[in-house]
Order: sequence, then C-alpha cells, then structure tokens
Amino acid sequence: METILEINNIEVVYNKAVQVLRGLSLTVPKGTIVALLGSNGAGKSTTLKAVSGLLDIEDGEVADGKITFKGRDVALDSPDKLVRRGLFHVMEGRHVFEDLTVEENLTAATYAKKGGAGARASFALVYEYFPRLKDRRKGLAGYLSGGEQQMLAVGRSLVAAPDLIMLDEPSLGLAPLLVEEIFEIIVRINREQGTSMLLVEQNAALALAVSSYGYIMENGKVVIDGTSDELMKNEDVQEFYLGASGDDGENRSYREIKHYKRRKRWLS
Amino acid sequence: MDWLFFFESSIAGLATGAIYSLVALGFVIIYKATRVINFAIGEIMMISAYLFLTFAGILEWHPLIALPLAMLGGGLLGSVTEKLIIRPMLGESPISVVMVTIGLSSILVGAAQIIWGPGPRILPDFLPRAPIFIGELYVSSKIAYSALIAIGLLVCYLIYFRFSRGGVALRATASDQAAAFSMGISVPKVFNYAWFFGSMAAALAGVLVAASGGLSPYSGSMALSILVVVIFGGLDSLTGALVGGLLVGWLETMTGAFLGGEYKMLTIFTLLTFVLVLKPYGLFGTKEIERL
Repeated sequence: METILEINNIEVVYNKAVQVLRGLSLTVPKGTIVALLGSNGAGKSTTLKAVSGLLDIEDGEVADGKITFKGRDVALDSPDKLVRRGLFHVMEGRHVFEDLTVEENLTAATYAKKGGAGARASFALVYEYFPRLKDRRKGLAGYLSGGEQQMLAVGRSLVAAPDLIMLDEPSLGLAPLLVEEIFEIIVRINREQGTSMLLVEQNAALALAVSSYGYIMENGKVVIDGTSDELMKNEDVQEFYLGASGDDGENRSYREIKHYKRRKRWLS
Repeated sequence: MDWLFFFESSIAGLATGAIYSLVALGFVIIYKATRVINFAIGEIMMISAYLFLTFAGILEWHPLIALPLAMLGGGLLGSVTEKLIIRPMLGESPISVVMVTIGLSSILVGAAQIIWGPGPRILPDFLPRAPIFIGELYVSSKIAYSALIAIGLLVCYLIYFRFSRGGVALRATASDQAAAFSMGISVPKVFNYAWFFGSMAAALAGVLVAASGGLSPYSGSMALSILVVVIFGGLDSLTGALVGGLLVGWLETMTGAFLGGEYKMLTIFTLLTFVLVLKPYGLFGTKEIERL
C-alpha cells in the first residue's frame, strides 16, 4: 500500500539539551487512520510537531532521522508550505482564534489551500459535517463550548482539504458523548473524503476502535505496534491502556506491576 | 462661554486627533502582529517627511507623486527594519527588542542629520490654502485637509483589517501564532506586512505633521505623546487607536485653548491615570475571553 507519511528513526531535542524522541519510526499508509498512543510525556505531541515543522517555534529540533511526506523530506519546507502541500496539524487544546468569529476562523484556514479561491465552497462542507457551527458562524470562537471549539478545529482542517490530518487529542477535556460525536465525524471524513489520519490519543479504546493500525510509545520511542485488532487483544495493552484488570478480575498487587514494568523496559 | 470658539477649537482638536489616530494605528498594527513596542515610529515619521521634502521640495515633483512615494518609502523602511533588525531578535526578551527600537530611533535621527542637515526645514505647501468656513466656524485649511487625508487612510485601514482575508490573517496571527502557522499562514510574512503597513500609516502622519509644524531631525519625539494614545485606547485595538487619538487630540487642544498650554500634559496624564485604574488594558484593549 502507498504510504503518505513515513517517520524514520527520528530524534528530537529541545533547547539543545532535553531529548524527547529517541529513534521513533512510524508509517501512515494512504487513506487509513493510524493511532499513536501513549501516556503523558511519552512524546506524542512532539512527534506531530516534528512532522508539521512547529518544533522551531518551541526551540525544538529534529537532531537525527528523516520524515517524508508524500515522498518529500519535510525539513525542506517551511510549516506554512507543508500545510499547502496537504499536511494539516490540528493542535492539542484546539487553538481556535478566540477573538475571531467562527467564519473568520475558517477564512484563516483558507491560507492552507493553494490559491484559496474556491474556499467559499468548502465552508459548506464544514457546515455539513458540523451543523452546529453554522448556527454560530457569526459568533466569536472564544465563546463556543469546548466541544464546538474542537469541531471548529477539525472544521478548519476540512477547509484546507488536506491529504493527511494529524489530530492531537481531539477528546481532550470533552464529555464522553461529545467525544463519540467527534470521533464519528472523524471516521466519516476519512471514509468520505479519503483523508489519511494520524491520531494521537490518550483514550486508547476509542482510538483503536476507529483506527486500522496502532503504535504505542513510551519515553520517546515506539514500544509496541500492530494492527488495531492485535493491539486490543494484547494483554499488556489491555492492562495498561485499556484499563482492564487481571484475568481473575482482582486488582493486581503493586509488586506485580513493578515486575511488569521491569519486564517491559527490558523488552523495549 | 464663547460657543463659536469652543466649536472651532473642537474641530481643530479633532483634526489633530485624526493624525494622532493615524500614528497610533501604525503603532497598534505593529504591536498587534508582532508584540513589539516600536519606539522608532516617530523617527519613521520624521524620515518619511524628509523623503517628501526631497521629492516635492528639492526634486520639485508634483505632491500627488511625492506623497505616495514618501509613504512607500516609510513603509519600506519599516519592512527593512523588521527583516534586518527585529526578526533576528524574535524570541528574545521584550525589553531587548524595545531597546533595539530605541537604538534604531537614534540611528535614524543621526542619519537625518547627516543627509538633510541639523537645522529645521519647511515643507513646500501642498495643501490648498483658502480657509474653510462651516457656517460661521473658521477652520485652518492645512489642519482640515490633513485631517481629511488622515481620516481617508484610517477608514481604508479599518475596512481592510475588518473585512479582508489579509486582515483575518493579521488578527489570527495576533490571537495565536502557532495556530496561525498550522493554518498555512506565513507568520514571518504577516510580521513584515504589519511593519510595512504600520510604518506607512506613520509616514503619512509624519508628512502631515511636518506640513503644518515644520520639520527637524528631532520632530520624531512627538510620537511619545502617541504612546499615551495607544495605552489609552488599548495597545492592541485598532478601534482604540482611532478613538484614543481623537479624544487625546481634542482634549489637548481644548486644554490649550481654555486653560493654557502648560496644562496640556497635566490633563492628559490625569485622564490616562484614571483610565488605567478603571480599565488596565485601555479602553478597547483585549482581555482574555472568559467562557461561562
């Protein structure tokens, strides 16, 4: 299958001192949803920033390895150019422009298109997926609810009609019902628009349910990967990411967990 | 009370205020996009006025050619400043960047002295000279026409930033830089445009001020009173620049006319203190949006 994004053995260093990624590799095949899971501080968001070029703003640097998007090294292009090549990064925490209206937020996203002329038409597409945004299109984005802001963040990516959307924790801080609604739309976008997605999540169960392949990372590298079905059946994943307890239903003792941790480190 | 005098002074005050608004607008555009407080804006005004003097006075070109050229020159000066001096300072502490703009203002004063000489100069007359009467009110033509030109550019700017795609890009960058980047907006380009357009507004104001008040390498120091205007209106608000400029211009002239020139500073700074106590972000400055 054709790959759209390939991350090959990258290392990322912040402030020339703090190493966050240590040899991370992953692949996103075209037209699929790939999940990138892991606990806080594992380096998931950093991975996305390394791809989209937003690391520079935070004094981070890809020290080693290579990232190719549609067959071209991302280091060759500036972040805004990458967006116009079809790589859209929906950042963690939504990042809507709070003192702009909903519609102006979408207008801002037209910069992600080449030319930007046909942008009007695709606002309709955004409103089709997120009818709620249409009702509030003249209102300031800052006054939207958290869920609506997340919808707007995803909606902005639709305006750009990208080939790959990287979603950073779309479920962050949202009520379960809203999370489900947003994930349904994400799947629909993937199916109907053929957009490939790289999905970073803490909510592993949900992410694995919608993705076809998953990577689990810890301490800056991938520790387990496999198809989503395989991962969901994997005992370690079940226990540590899907929240299942031991086979007999009892809570495992602290000693066993420590033992497991030692084993896991050694394996990776 | 002499109402005729009151209205005449009011109009003169508002006209001065319109020019303040224009400089304040230039200041605010730059601050909004780049978060740089540009202390060199007065010197950009001064240099642009000298450019106009060169084009219209020395080369004797028609003012309708010289004025746009002087504005373009001022805009380019801003754009080059951003590229060569401000961009390398990105991410440094705001104090360092402010110091750089203060340093730049001294350099520009020095450059003006070397090129055009230290003495005061007078710009060639380019505004119609016939006095204007509105009913019985007399308005000095220079002041009236400069105000009209200033208001013309102000309106263009406000409409552009409110409704155009470029205006959205500027406001998006001001609101969230990283997000603007991720949206395909070229933030360095926005910075550069902001400096260009901001300096161009200042350039027009510089020519207009020099047209009625004369010109010397030290003329730029008047921009310090603009700082009052922008703090008054809110550092990052275009509307604030407009309202603040008109208000401060009006108040200054009225104080001068009714209480005497020595009370100008007193009134303005007293008012500024009150405004800042009541609204720390200025009259129209952004507070963070709080969701309920």
